[in-house]
Amino acid sequence: MSLLVIATALCYAAALGGYAGFLATSRRSLGRAATLFVGGGLVMHCLALMERSGWGKSMPYDDLYGSLLLFAWLLSATYLGLEVFHRERSVGALVMPVVLIILALSQAGPVAAPMPPPGRGPLLALHITLNVLGYAAFALSFVLSVIYLIQNRLLRHHRLRTLVWRFPALEMLERMSRSSVAVGLVSLLAGMALGVVWVSRIYGTYWSGDPKEIITLLVLVVYAGYLWLGRTTAWRGARASALCVVNFLVVLFSYSVVNLYLSDFHRFF
Amino acid sequence: MEIVLIGLNHRTAPVELRERVSFTPDQAQRAAEQLRSRGILSETLVLSTCNRSELYGVPPESAPDSAGAMELFLATFHQIDPAILNSSLYRRRDQEAVRHLFRVAAGLDSMLLGEAEILGQVREAYRIALDLGATGPVLNRMFQNALEVGKRVRTETDIGKRPVSVAFAGVKLAERIFGSLRGHSALILGAGATGEQVMEHLRDRGISGLRVANRSRERARELAARTGAEVVDWEALDAVLEWPDMIVSSVSSPEPVLSRQMLERAMAARSNRSLLLVDLGVPRNVAPGAADLYNVYLYDLDHLAEIVEQNKKSRQDEVPRAEAIIQEQVEKFQHWQAGVEAGAVVDAVRARLVNDRETFLRERLADWPQLSPQDRSRMAQLMDELLSRVLLDRAESLKGERDLRRKLQNVEALRDLFRLDRDQP
Repeated sequence: MSLLVIATALCYAAALGGYAGFLATSRRSLGRAATLFVGGGLVMHCLALMERSGWGKSMPYDDLYGSLLLFAWLLSATYLGLEVFHRERSVGALVMPVVLIILALSQAGPVAAPMPPPGRGPLLALHITLNVLGYAAFALSFVLSVIYLIQNRLLRHHRLRTLVWRFPALEMLERMSRSSVAVGLVSLLAGMALGVVWVSRIYGTYWSGDPKEIITLLVLVVYAGYLWLGRTTAWRGARASALCVVNFLVVLFSYSVVNLYLSDFHRFF
Repeated sequence: MEIVLIGLNHRTAPVELRERVSFTPDQAQRAAEQLRSRGILSETLVLSTCNRSELYGVPPESAPDSAGAMELFLATFHQIDPAILNSSLYRRRDQEAVRHLFRVAAGLDSMLLGEAEILGQVREAYRIALDLGATGPVLNRMFQNALEVGKRVRTETDIGKRPVSVAFAGVKLAERIFGSLRGHSALILGAGATGEQVMEHLRDRGISGLRVANRSRERARELAARTGAEVVDWEALDAVLEWPDMIVSSVSSPEPVLSRQMLERAMAARSNRSLLLVDLGVPRNVAPGAADLYNVYLYDLDHLAEIVEQNKKSRQDEVPRAEAIIQEQVEKFQHWQAGVEAGAVVDAVRARLVNDRETFLRERLADWPQLSPQDRSRMAQLMDELLSRVLLDRAESLKGERDLRRKLQNVEALRDLFRLDRDQP
């Protein structure tokens, strides 16, 4: 295993410790330290990604494991952005384990040989990065929605143990989840657009009818539906959060079954 | 440098006595002035809150029994028989006085553990004494540290975080749902004392809209005038229910004031935006069936009482962490105090040695009239250098000693060696 990956994992583990300590004791210094560790982890993680893609100006997308490494990086980057934007640290303790698990999974398999040209190039790398960023943001909104559902359940059933007083308020969780979905939608759209440009340059066609293309459109629709329903209709609150959780199942389906068994050239992203 | 504290609080004295010994701000000023002008204390501060009256002071260096003099002063000032008063007083000196103040500021000495008001009261008492010029370097340092302790304990522990009154618990619950209360609104049903308490808390937490409805419109209007709320007609209640994000109800009525149907309509009208219902009435003001409505959070008095009970227990669990912070800060203060004392002792030793050197030279050089004034001053200079090199420089390094116990021991040793008076370093 690469030393950079180990350093990344150590940083994230330290951040997890800090966030958990912050959640348990509400000491701000612990929360701040955790944020710094996430920042340090992101730098290490970025170097690990560059190492994995052979120090070229690219991303490791030639195998599932490299793509997972990229996913973990974008997930923690999105989380950090969200934390800073909403000034809310109390969900870090639940996001960091997810990052660590994905990081561990990314180390479970061998590194594949890089794709031959004309497949390679910055346009493709950007297309993949933006799409994976979209998935990472959706994963984050999934975690936030699960916390929302737990917090909502505790509050509605008057079970006011420690957790209720430590997690963010319901409306804050909803706002965080919504901004995360917004980030996901924008990057997925941009990523798709780049993909279309790339495929038209190489093959001269815009649409190949690949199952991945269809499922990605579906992902766009269900998340746009979540934003719309949660904002303007009586579905706001727990129902919208439940929808967000269900939507993520579509993403998981796209990322696993469609990638591995159905799609012809979207293998690992 | 000695610190003396005498005082009484809710643990040592009944409320009748506490009332008689309490100080108004005017009285506190007068007492501070008299304590200093009579030479009982050189620095002084009066801390008087609903549950305690305390005199903090630094006596002049030559005062023999300053605590006794302070007790006598307190008794005469409030015209109370000293025998009665003394049985309720506690007395603390130096480190223990500092620790006591820090515990007070942290809310550990309060009737309601961890309550927040006390810190403001300590700050106010300090401000008054400071404006008056009654404090000096020691009490200034001590009270600034106490304010720091109060702040640290409240940010670094959970001692004051969770609500321990029913009214405040309702408000904190609202924050668990809505986050900041800015941009949110509340409707208060019933213009009683609880309603008013809740409104004050809501206003303090920055609620944007506040309305009140009461059967007797007159009382609603009085309450609204005091709290800056709007009055709503009791009869028109049904029509305004869609407006608030939170309804707090404390009405005495045999039947529920808010039925499930009324709330169902209200929720439809506000397209299911979350609604917190805090029902403080007995019998209950909200039909229990309302709890099933989507995005409605219904809390009755029992739920809130349970929160309060849990939170009181969890505050108790925070005490050891608060005590650890206090211990750390007491040691910090002692370090400062020891540093100041070390400086004073070294200065005294220096003064003593220079004095001895002058006497010595005067006596021994009396037989040597042939020495020029230049030679004499040269000899004095050489002796000063010798003294510095063999003793004073080393004594000087005392000030920087990091280990508090050694620092204090060394200061004592220097005092003994040079027979410096305890009170006249």
